[in-house]
Amino acid sequence: MLPTDMSNELSGHVAIVTGGASGIGAASAALLESAGAAVIVADLQAAKDGPGRFVAHDVASEESWKALLADVLEREGRLDVVVNNAGISGGSGNPETTTVEAWQKVQAVNSEGVFLGCKYAVQGMKRTGSAKPASKGSIVNISSVAGLIGSAGPTAYTASKGAVRLLSKSVALYCAERKYDIRCNSVHPGGVDTAIFNPLWQAVGHEQGKAFIGARHPIGRMAEPADLGELVLWLASDRSSFVTGAEFVADGGLTAGLMRRVPLASP
Amino acid sequence: MPRLENRVVLLSGGASGIGAATARLVVREGGRAVLADRDETKGRALAAELGAAATFVPLDVTQEPSWQAAVAETVARFGALHGLLNAAGIGVRNDIEDCTLEEYRRINDINALGTFLGCKLAIPAIKESGGGSIVNISSVLGLRGAAYALAYSASKGAVRTLTKNVALHCAQMKYNIRCNSVHPGYIDTPMIAPRLEQNVQNMTGRQFLEELHPLGRLGRADEVANMILFLLSDESTFSTGSEFVCDGGLTA
Repeated sequence: MLPTDMSNELSGHVAIVTGGASGIGAASAALLESAGAAVIVADLQAAKDGPGRFVAHDVASEESWKALLADVLEREGRLDVVVNNAGISGGSGNPETTTVEAWQKVQAVNSEGVFLGCKYAVQGMKRTGSAKPASKGSIVNISSVAGLIGSAGPTAYTASKGAVRLLSKSVALYCAERKYDIRCNSVHPGGVDTAIFNPLWQAVGHEQGKAFIGARHPIGRMAEPADLGELVLWLASDRSSFVTGAEFVADGGLTAGLMRRVPLASP
Repeated sequence: MPRLENRVVLLSGGASGIGAATARLVVREGGRAVLADRDETKGRALAAELGAAATFVPLDVTQEPSWQAAVAETVARFGALHGLLNAAGIGVRNDIEDCTLEEYRRINDINALGTFLGCKLAIPAIKESGGGSIVNISSVLGLRGAAYALAYSASKGAVRTLTKNVALHCAQMKYNIRCNSVHPGYIDTPMIAPRLEQNVQNMTGRQFLEELHPLGRLGRADEVANMILFLLSDESTFSTGSEFVCDGGLTA
């Protein structure tokens, strides 16, 4: 039966959102909470008046994941949704200028962080097992258009998002084979107005920077975090129950095909 | 006319498998092959067999100084660098529950960081030589996931997008360097030898892997090498940032 009233569709469900204090994470956390979920915002620093319960968390640290999962299972008693959203751009390094240190730092957060997030998500969701309501886990990994095309980001970032794209599929297939009833999908945003663009905002100003990036998207604007939050909520909910191992693009048409070059002065 | 006349190609993983098969074609087509590998014994033996057009350099792909030395030695020995094949890699079976962070990092370091470092260190030398072609070995598992190949698939996904990033950077900088990824299916090389012995679902590992491919068999290293040769040569000069699949129909 398809739900017609979605206002409480995640009631009784528990969701962890990494990087949940800002950007796509904060928008996702707010929407998951409004759908009735108990939301744990896992981030390095808490947001002011943010949604959910804040837990200080470093996605690159396995110890931090162990502590987070233990805490959630003790406090909330179950785990249904994990949104692996935390990520860094790692600066603007190209193939010639990227250092090994910068490469490793980006992989530690974006690739290893999502790997650990999936590993502990599966562990937590499995343990939720027969708890009521029945566990139907959903893992949502935030990749990027940079995981699809090569022009969309710095070198280390691009590679890390390609890793997230593929590891999401392997997790999905593994859970399906084991009949764990845990789905796993990747989300590929284009330009979203978040702190990851702070260097650009500082260089040219927020509005001008947004216009500059927005003009590179066929739809003519950058995404707002809530645009992505809605997609995350859909993937987290049972409305997407036949969806696993797939790629969800929300990029204003960026990867759809050829676009006339917009004559804009570089920032 | 030979297709790689006087072109100098550096091949990571050049001592065995796809790397070795490609080295043979490079020499056959009039080029110079620098076999870069961890395995000195095999590498030196193949270089000796291929004669004056080939040489061996030791290489640990995860170490930047090791790449620096390999590129420097290539240029010192043959006077230029036109082609790079990033074929070194490891295949390990693991899944999201049994893969440790250490293992995830080790596999990504060899397959993804190693390929990145190869591109990084080769670009200046290829540019200096007037341009050329970089070929990165990804995998069908850089296109599709697999429950049993979590870290390997992730690392090959990284190689896939890294390749596009390198291609666009070089195009934008007008370096005359192309960069493409090759996505082999299961190729009969030392990398998959252990799997051929493991029985799966009442089949030998070999039968199981053969049946994954619509062509009903494993690929041969020389079949992948022929695709790489095309990408290294001037037959492919309008191809860059693209994915070349050699998988007996597996992903079709």
